[in-house]
Amino acid sequence: MFTVSQLLTERSAVTDLGLEAHELTKRFRGNTALNGVDLAIPRGQVLGLLGPNGAGKTTLIRVLATLLRPDSGTARVAGYDVARQPGQVRRRIALSGQHTSVDEELDGRANLVMIGQLLDLTRRDATHRAEELLSRFGLTEAGNRRVATYSGGMRRRLDLAASLVGRPQVVFLDEPSVGLDPGKREELWQMIRDLSSDGVTVLLTTQYLEEADTLADAVTVIDHGRVIASGTPAQLKQQVGGHTVNVRVNDPADVDRVAAILTVVTDRTPARATRHQLTVPVSGDDDFFQIAAELRRQAVNVSELSLRLPSLDEAFHALTDASAATPTPQRP
Amino acid sequence: MTTHTHSVDSRTGRPLRWLRHSLILARRSLAKTSRNPGAIVNGVVTPALFLVLFLYVFGGAVAGSTDNYVQYLFPGIIVMGAGLAGLVSTGTNINIDLKNGVTDRFRSLPISRLAPLLGSVLADIVRYLIAVAILFLLGTILGFRSHGGVTTTLAAIGLAVLFGFCVSWITVLIGVMVKSAEAVLAFSFLTFLPLQLGTSLAAPTTSLPGWLQSWVHVNPVTAVMDTCRALLNGTPPGDRLTTTLIWCAAIFLLFCPMAVWTYGRRE
Repeated sequence: MFTVSQLLTERSAVTDLGLEAHELTKRFRGNTALNGVDLAIPRGQVLGLLGPNGAGKTTLIRVLATLLRPDSGTARVAGYDVARQPGQVRRRIALSGQHTSVDEELDGRANLVMIGQLLDLTRRDATHRAEELLSRFGLTEAGNRRVATYSGGMRRRLDLAASLVGRPQVVFLDEPSVGLDPGKREELWQMIRDLSSDGVTVLLTTQYLEEADTLADAVTVIDHGRVIASGTPAQLKQQVGGHTVNVRVNDPADVDRVAAILTVVTDRTPARATRHQLTVPVSGDDDFFQIAAELRRQAVNVSELSLRLPSLDEAFHALTDASAATPTPQRP
Repeated sequence: MTTHTHSVDSRTGRPLRWLRHSLILARRSLAKTSRNPGAIVNGVVTPALFLVLFLYVFGGAVAGSTDNYVQYLFPGIIVMGAGLAGLVSTGTNINIDLKNGVTDRFRSLPISRLAPLLGSVLADIVRYLIAVAILFLLGTILGFRSHGGVTTTLAAIGLAVLFGFCVSWITVLIGVMVKSAEAVLAFSFLTFLPLQLGTSLAAPTTSLPGWLQSWVHVNPVTAVMDTCRALLNGTPPGDRLTTTLIWCAAIFLLFCPMAVWTYGRRE
């Protein structure tokens, strides 16, 4: 499982974390961007980092990618300390996303070859690796064109390809799908899944909760530079709201009858989502089956009956609203 | 997983990695120049304009004839071109890289923080050498003749290149410090005007008013111009050469580390 180079590095052989951070803080001129962040990602997993604008996501990525030095706290990436062994960290990471870029005035191929050479591949190996990545990302044809002529999707793919030239063990993706249309986003997601199944640890920041929901093994929500929640997407949803039952009827006239059933079973007043639809929080599966049985007994004609977790969207808003209610003096 | 770990260590033990990386990045800069030769045009046109303008405006008055004057003026123009080479590209290019995120990629790579900066400065030198060749052609047409022999002529050019290399680090520092490429140009011109024009470029310093004379005498560019002028006219440069070399070393040793330090810490 481990190669020689891994066994030789004291830490990576004994830890199974691709990335860990303890109590990271970073201030910019009195503005606290990170305020004691803890984070851990098992090797080969995808962590989704969520948070509103200005929450500290990009700062956190820049600290972990050795572009910023933390004011205090420690972080190890691929087993190496970001402050004390930044050179070792840089050999094993790649950074991609909104603030990283390829050279617009060079063609796609030249960009990849250059990065290969900067990573000490011979010119031949660098060219070979560039071809491999161009073909993997569907850019072989476009390889000789200046990046300035690329579409947003092509550019993002080239950017990701550029990150993978050195076969990194940890990849940081800062809002990788901003500005991509849904089809292209789906394509990018598949590429990120492939990375993870190749054993690469991925830290992904995003504003799209759907993205975190489909890609991430675990999600960490930060706000005002602090972790306010973390867990699997399912855990976060549960932590916020638990399950709700959702009933949609064909005939709006049935709504009152359904409302009565829901009230009796759950002891709560259901909410009317639309003229046809009612939702009510439930405490467990039992309630759901009782509601189903009662609807059948009274022969109510329903078009939809479902038990669902809150969306990650709802969870996220509930979490960040709660955090906003706690005043944080560090930020204006 | 095992396929990911032997990655890129194969040649990292080799010496002079920073120099190899700098050359790779210099090639990047030159590849851009070949697509868009504007930097070379700027590097030629500005000194050429000064050459022609001064030659025909002042030539008669300063030296009696344009033939004598071109012997005086041309070496200074070559030195001015060297200072200009870094000014029109390195500072702004580095600033553009910082803004559009290319720098973030470089800084997350396991390469020396010196390499992107040195690469850009080395590319400037190549662009400058092309400019010098064109300027020499123009100078020859306008009547300039080097009286120093091949070796001495090359030494004069070498000195101008060395000086250009060292002052480039001033624009590099400006490039990594200020916010926008426009500001880089503005700041650079503020340093360019007194440094390049407040010299013995156009006329011997004896005719200048006292306050300007004191500035011209301490201005390092005057020393470089005097030295190149002496070399290209076949006269011994004397202590002006020593002064030039001391200045080059001082400027480089001050600004290069500051630029690299600032680049590594820019947030």
